Amino acid sequence: MATATASIEPTPIRADELVQGTSLWKDAWFRLKKNHVALFGLYTFCTIALLCLVVPFFTGYTYEQTEISLKASAPLEPIFSRSEARKVGEPKKSFIALSNLEDEFLERPQSDRKAIVAKIASGEVYQEGRDTYQRSNQRHVFGTDPLGRDLLTRVLVGGRISLAVGFAATLVSVCIGVLWGATAGFAGGKVDTVMMRFADILYALPFTVIVILLMVMFGRNFILLFVAIGAVEWLNMARIVRGQIISLKNQEFIEAAISLGLPSHRILFRHLIPNVIGSIIIYATLTVPNVMLLEAVLSFLGLGVQPPLSSWGVLIDEGSRTMETSIWLLVCPAIFFSLTLFSLNFLGDGLRDALDPKSSKD
Amino acid sequence: MALLEVENLRTYFYTRGGVVRAVDNVSFTLEQGETMGIVGESGSGKSVTCYSLLGLIPRPPGKIVSGSALFGGVDLLNCSKEQLRRIQGKRISMIFQDPMTSLNPYMRVSDQLVEPLLVHDRMSRSQALTKAIASLEEVGIQDAANRINLYPHQFSGGMRQRVMIAMALISRPEILIADEPTTALDVTVQAQILELIRQRQKDLGTAVIFITHDLGVVASFCNRVNVMYAGRIVESAPTDEIFARPMHPYNASLQQSIPALHKKGQALFTIPGLPPDLTIEFRGCPFASRCAHAGEICKEQDPALKQIVPGHKTSCIRFQRGEIADVRIKNFVSAV
Repeated sequence: MATATASIEPTPIRADELVQGTSLWKDAWFRLKKNHVALFGLYTFCTIALLCLVVPFFTGYTYEQTEISLKASAPLEPIFSRSEARKVGEPKKSFIALSNLEDEFLERPQSDRKAIVAKIASGEVYQEGRDTYQRSNQRHVFGTDPLGRDLLTRVLVGGRISLAVGFAATLVSVCIGVLWGATAGFAGGKVDTVMMRFADILYALPFTVIVILLMVMFGRNFILLFVAIGAVEWLNMARIVRGQIISLKNQEFIEAAISLGLPSHRILFRHLIPNVIGSIIIYATLTVPNVMLLEAVLSFLGLGVQPPLSSWGVLIDEGSRTMETSIWLLVCPAIFFSLTLFSLNFLGDGLRDALDPKSSKD
Repeated sequence: MALLEVENLRTYFYTRGGVVRAVDNVSFTLEQGETMGIVGESGSGKSVTCYSLLGLIPRPPGKIVSGSALFGGVDLLNCSKEQLRRIQGKRISMIFQDPMTSLNPYMRVSDQLVEPLLVHDRMSRSQALTKAIASLEEVGIQDAANRINLYPHQFSGGMRQRVMIAMALISRPEILIADEPTTALDVTVQAQILELIRQRQKDLGTAVIFITHDLGVVASFCNRVNVMYAGRIVESAPTDEIFARPMHPYNASLQQSIPALHKKGQALFTIPGLPPDLTIEFRGCPFASRCAHAGEICKEQDPALKQIVPGHKTSCIRFQRGEIADVRIKNFVSAV
């Protein structure tokens, strides 16, 4: 009996055990860790970003190095080298993919060609006139583009550009959009009307024209590309933030903040904007892909990234033109692009949930 | 000299449906350290009166059409925004009705509590935090040093209201405006919160303007009561007078509507009719159409608040003229 009563007695809970004041970010990370989809998005995105940053140094090719004879070789296709002996100097060396090897011997009858190609493919060194053919240990993991450039290197270097544009331009658009929208929504009245009508006017102008104008006025500068895209993309952000701020403004805790005599900027930055951070993050993750696509459009028009530099948008555009003959030129950059967009969307969704302090800890 | 002198305050809302005269010619004074109640039904202008004083009226559609509110030589209704901001939260502060929504969900309690100190008293953060913890302890939150780091959703409703009280009183204001601070709380918590406000008021010597529609709370809590109806003060008297000798039929009807005064099984007393539509301009007493004592004169002459005995004012015209001596409704017959 004694043990029974002892077990019924409640153990006193000390408040400091019960309640732990963790920071918003620590809490958010804790909740994000429980969200497997978001975590998958985070890891995928980090992996892609890391690949883009590091791997181009180790592929052995640069994004601009062309090899005309190696036009559009398929992923991992065997590569053969041809060295052409010259009267003076070193022999001229070039590379040929397996699928193009037959074309080298067009003067031979068709039956011979097959035999020669089979011979070379088996690893033999083959002499034909002044040319020596042999198997090369070169590898193009993603194949090459019509100019014989290594696609893997181009995709990863292009990824750097796409990610940089995506994030920098989104940052620009978030900064302008949040400030503009929050100020308009908080001030209300005439200030709001004027500010939002200005945004409406910009919205009515065709955005590509604005970007083109900006690029023409200030020259084709890489940094300017970020600013130009950001300067166009902030309009939606401003509207969303304004709407949220207006609905928050009439909440009692804002009235309470005003009744405490807090200055307006403090109310705006410490009370209002943190409350809309969820929407901002969600919309920002949607802006990143938009911006990447916009960058592709601009590059296509000759205003964005200039060849030989590339970006995912440019690569997909190029790939789509040769998709009947060499589908990998479309598929490889598209996989990277879509994976990034998917992971960003998952991550954004997870971040919104994680940043809401009211959602439960478990 | 009175601490706060409100004269002829009129706050109108210019809505699509017309001009709503939410507060129409309200005057009152508040003495140092006293507790003044403002009672009335929903929409009678109790809250708008106080919101006007603190510049919380949304403009547009609201507008303070006329009036002055002298507080220590400053007219709250006509001073600059900056002047008002210095008074808000420092010398006059406010507690809101719903503690669930009056704390910022994205900020720790500590960050919210120290804000008035950082802004008004230019204290360092650590100093302010020490003071904030002390103020939480003063409103009866145990283990304040740990709990202060929590977010509002981790507090119960009663505790949040305690936090609100701590926040409102942290700069030791001269006036505390409590806008139905117990309406959204459980009955047991209500009593605790009232006791807490009373206690803190005693400690700090703060004057309290207490807005409520609960006459029971008024009876136990206030020194003086203003009864509001349709945006006007219809009766103003010390608390015991208001209950013992009502001089306005509306006040009397309100008291008769308190359920506890009726026998079990008896139909509850209700005031017939509805409050007037404040968008329509009318002549005479706003209560005339619902008043059992109304005469012809009530519909013709605009009522004015007049003092009958020292400290006791009424706007009932017939009472002022001595035509009725007892404003209570005698022959109330149950409808059932």
